[in-house]
Amino acid sequence: MKETQRVGMADLAVASAPEVLMTIGLGSCIGVALYDSIVRVGGLAHVMLPKSNGPLVSNPAKFADTALPLLIRKMGDQGAQKQRLTAKLAGGAQMFKLERATDTMRIGARNLEAIVEWLEKERIPIVAQDTGGNWGRTVKLDTENGDFLVRTIAHGEKRL
Amino acid sequence: MNLEWSDLHYDVLKEVGNIGAGNAATALAALLNEQIKMQVPQVIWLPLGEVSNRLGGAEEAVVGVLLDVESKAPCTILVVFPLQRALLLLDILFNKPLGESDCIDEMGASALQEVGNILAGSYLTSLNSFTGLGFIPMVPAIAVDMAGAVLDYVLAEFGQVADQVLLIETEFLALGEEIYSYFFLVPKSDALEAIFAALGVGHT
Repeated sequence: MKETQRVGMADLAVASAPEVLMTIGLGSCIGVALYDSIVRVGGLAHVMLPKSNGPLVSNPAKFADTALPLLIRKMGDQGAQKQRLTAKLAGGAQMFKLERATDTMRIGARNLEAIVEWLEKERIPIVAQDTGGNWGRTVKLDTENGDFLVRTIAHGEKRL
Repeated sequence: MNLEWSDLHYDVLKEVGNIGAGNAATALAALLNEQIKMQVPQVIWLPLGEVSNRLGGAEEAVVGVLLDVESKAPCTILVVFPLQRALLLLDILFNKPLGESDCIDEMGASALQEVGNILAGSYLTSLNSFTGLGFIPMVPAIAVDMAGAVLDYVLAEFGQVADQVLLIETEFLALGEEIYSYFFLVPKSDALEAIFAALGVGHT
């Protein structure tokens, strides 16, 4: 039996083979899985918002621009190297269709933009993603091989 | 978001929630032609990550009806039914034998949206009579999915400014507790201050 470690909303965790990292019920939030296939170390963040506002952030795992640097630092502690990392993404849905789509309604899309932009800037390739739509997702990162399993209620299951 | 409210503030919110929820329960009872029991509303600060645990876990299938509320104190209302309970509710609404509905079709979705609308409307009517802040519920939207996914849009809005979210939560029970729903009133950024000021328990 592989150990599965759960990552809560606005949280992140790092694990090495053969452990599995999992986060449940992503709606507009995005599950960002980073993986170093040489040392087989993986990291998973459940990002809630695109940008932190200001230097005093009580929970860096909540925001894309603070969660990703922290995740990479923690993966580094376990021997991962940034230039070897690849990224897989899931989530960023718009769960509710309200009549007037305000900017906050588009939170999923804005999360995705911020994450993609950050990863591109840091030259971390996005090798797979399952994002958007209007449904929730649960994801599992298998640190044995970097497989990223995306599970939904009514839209099937995918292995990325 | 100010975390330094006193017990008095919580008591006031609870009492307003109580009266609003009482109104909503009466409306729901009339709609279903059933007796509705209502739990005393809870006013709680919860860490963002723990909200979905209150609904039985982040992967639990639920129906969420979301309404944005325009006001001098803008809020979001989210009514959540566990999926199985929502299906029973539809059986009652459509006069079917209990257990017959097995999915939420378009008609079911609009019926549940209407239930959310009625609950929210009667709740807000009472909130308005206390505060005079003019709460206008917008057209509701519905999602049927994992609890975590249904909740996170509402939480994200709060998460911008706080690591905890304030929920005024009421449980409604019908048919010997076979049907229950959670009603969340989530004030947006400065709405709480406006509500307290209107109730005469402001900070200054």
